[in-house]
Amino acid sequence: MSNWFSRLVTGLSKTSNKLVTGITDILTKRKLDDAVLTELEDLLLTADLGTETAGKLTQSLAKTRFGKEVTDEEVREAFAVDIARVLEPVARPLSIDPTARPFVILMVGVNGAGKTTTIGKLAKMIAAEGRSLSLVAGDTFRAAAVEQLRVWGARVNVPVIAGAENADSAGLAFDALMQAKKRGDDVLLIDTAGRLQNKDQLMLELQKVGRVLKKVDPDAPHAVLLVLDATVGQNAHAQVEAFKAMVGVTGLVMTKLDGTAKGGVVVALAEKFGLPLHFIGVGEGVDDLRPFTARSFARSLMGLSPEG
Amino acid sequence: MFDALTEKLGSALSKLTRRGALTEADVTAAMREVRVALLEADVALPVVKDFIAKVTEKAVGESVIKSVTPGQMVVKIVHDELVTMLGGDPNSQEMPTLGGAGIDLAAPVPVGVLMVGLQGSGKTTTTAKIAKRLQEKERKRVLLVSLDTYRPAAQEQLAILGRQVNVVTLPIVAGEKPEAIARRGLDEARKGGFDVVIYDTAGRLTIDDAMMGEVETVRDIVKPHETLLVTDAMIGQDAVVTAKSFNEKIGITGIVLTRVDGDARGGAALSMRAVTGRPIKLIGVGEKVDALDTFDANRIAGRILGMGDIVSLVEKAAANIDHEKAEKLAARMQEGKFDLNDMLSQLQQIQRMGDMKGLLGLIPGIGAAVKQIDQSKLDPKAFKRQEAIIQSMTPKERRVPDLIKASRKQRIALGSGVTVADVNKLLKQHQQMESVMKRMKKMGGLGALLGGGGMPGMGGMPKMPGGMPGRGGFPFGKR
Ligand SMILES: Nc1nc2c(ncn2[C@@H]2O[C@H](COP(=O)(O)OP(=O)(O)O)[C@@H](O)[C@H]2O)c(=O)[nH]1
Ligand SMILES: Nc1nc2c(ncn2[C@@H]2O[C@H](COP(=O)(O)OP(=O)(O)O)[C@@H](O)[C@H]2O)c(=O)[nH]1
Ligand SMILES: [Mg+2]
Ligand SMILES: [Mg+2]
Repeated sequence: MSNWFSRLVTGLSKTSNKLVTGITDILTKRKLDDAVLTELEDLLLTADLGTETAGKLTQSLAKTRFGKEVTDEEVREAFAVDIARVLEPVARPLSIDPTARPFVILMVGVNGAGKTTTIGKLAKMIAAEGRSLSLVAGDTFRAAAVEQLRVWGARVNVPVIAGAENADSAGLAFDALMQAKKRGDDVLLIDTAGRLQNKDQLMLELQKVGRVLKKVDPDAPHAVLLVLDATVGQNAHAQVEAFKAMVGVTGLVMTKLDGTAKGGVVVALAEKFGLPLHFIGVGEGVDDLRPFTARSFARSLMGLSPEG
Repeated sequence: MFDALTEKLGSALSKLTRRGALTEADVTAAMREVRVALLEADVALPVVKDFIAKVTEKAVGESVIKSVTPGQMVVKIVHDELVTMLGGDPNSQEMPTLGGAGIDLAAPVPVGVLMVGLQGSGKTTTTAKIAKRLQEKERKRVLLVSLDTYRPAAQEQLAILGRQVNVVTLPIVAGEKPEAIARRGLDEARKGGFDVVIYDTAGRLTIDDAMMGEVETVRDIVKPHETLLVTDAMIGQDAVVTAKSFNEKIGITGIVLTRVDGDARGGAALSMRAVTGRPIKLIGVGEKVDALDTFDANRIAGRILGMGDIVSLVEKAAANIDHEKAEKLAARMQEGKFDLNDMLSQLQQIQRMGDMKGLLGLIPGIGAAVKQIDQSKLDPKAFKRQEAIIQSMTPKERRVPDLIKASRKQRIALGSGVTVADVNKLLKQHQQMESVMKRMKKMGGLGALLGGGGMPGMGGMPKMPGGMPGRGGFPFGKR
């Protein structure tokens, strides 16, 4: 088992311990009846799956097993299969079109979600594939945000393009794309300031970044990644909705899955939006970014060994 | 942040208020909706259950029978329970008056404040906000110390923010470990005669034993008088896990909820307060350094329920309302109908209720609408004028406002002693109200919002000239 994988497993299984104990508690040698189903539904709710998705999953379990004697293991397996089925279609890698030069990736999300950190991790991954790239310090608002990206750039040995303090981020993005194009870079990774999706003004500013990029390349940005923090609850729906409407999100990244938060809301998001979930963040280190795999995630969520 | 929860609870409860006598089954049915609403608002499940149990117990029983209507009583119980669980006194009319931005400074100087929390929750920003408050409002000399040696440029971030708010930050020494920085900070605070020293720490996960151990060590070095857990308002079910662990391992004295300027329903406020028993002291309402507010349980609970100070509103309304008319109006509005007769009877109801501004102020959620109402419309004379305009119309015109063309307008203006422009304004206003009614009817929300028990819905009725159409829906009619 590679290092990252064991990290993911430890992280996720720690987070699902409670879930597992819960299910074990309520299902030891019990008939699957309404009372048990309610308790199972509760367990899914505590993983942030949301009332609708939790209800659906529980109903689907009830259909096949209602009235039967079931062990906790069986129930977990069954839930994991159902959850994986929902997640399967969105477990798609980020594919970088080599003909787009550069392939522009715009990183968006609410404050503190992990955009800058994810850019650092992603940059290392992309550079390791032998592609040339640079990073754009598009967060011109938060104190030391530019400096933070500079540190990441130095860490992964990738150049960082930054503007003057409080510079217009759209203008910066435009200049950076011109430069990258001239150099013939493969990828351009653009960081943006965090913004809450209900702030119209800030969302319009973000939209402007997208518009300005199109002046240089009508297809840019080629990918718009929305970064979600695993602790997020049902507000994730509003986040996806708003960012999707404003800047055409093409994929998701979920960070901080190494903590106690289960990130179960992605199951509901997968059902509702079907947006690809490319990566998960499992730590603050440069190597802590992993492709998302439906089965492992679902199994880990249910406290089962990811590969079993 | 609680607006969405407001709607949910509003509709759940208005269904309840529409019924007559309250049975246990009624309460249970309403509580099912309250449960979903709370869960969707990210209140943690155990807290939801606890809440429901308490409210159910209180709602089914004697106190309900004594009330004006059973529904109102339940509304009040839900409201009061929310306030209580949020740490407030439901009967208090006062704003909390904690000194120094809610920070307790009653300790020998330098008073230590330790900021802890998950990664990216807003600790550094909040540190600067609190420092600014203490320095400017409390005239304290504050020293800021960053112990975040992990996140790239975190110490620089605090230094920059410190400069922005004119607060001294401990000079950065490259390579120094958090424990050593803490000692140096405390030392500097003592020597430099600082009143308060705020230690900003790196974000950490509660299952990261090494990092939790580190902050424990720091705590033992600086012996903080306040340890504040900073969490963002968008957090879901994990709120209880995180809050509980931080409290058990580090021992927190209070909670700061950030990003309350977002549209998250913010059930975390309830969850964290419930599992830690620690007060939510402050809320972050923006990225700027002055975007910090004192937490007010009454205000927040009122917002959750969308009915403000329900008690005094009910009392005032009950004393003044014309029940029969109100019932009729409510019934028509439920059907999405709203002609000039309805507007007239509404105008009359409003005037009978007296102090408009006072009443409006009691209704949270209507804030936006209030802003749009120009002051003249709150003027009793304006109401009288509008009443006169409608009274100068023929019954047919009142039923079919579209009939009112230029010549008729002239006549109506003359009849009511106003200008044609005034007539136009009133017609426009009616049109707006009518379209809101239609929209709400389409959304299926009007019944739920206004129902027999209009109050919960009032917060959900935007842009109502005069502001009080929901009043027509007060549940004072026949049982
Ligand atoms: N534990 C953990 N922390 C993370 C992860 N991703 C980001 N962070 C931390 O979250 C905080 C905010 O990240 P940052 O990239 O600055 O967020 P941004 O505001 O969206 O750019 C920092 O302390 C990061 O180290 C992750 O996957 N796991
Ligand atoms: N909208 C909003 N943003 C906030 C608030 N508090 C902090 N932030 C932002 O959240 C992000 C992370 O904040 P920071 O203080 O660096 O978090 P830390 O990692 O916990 O120290 C930054 O982009 C801040 O500007 C708030 O109350 N409202
Ligand atoms: Mg950033
Ligand atoms: Mg910080």
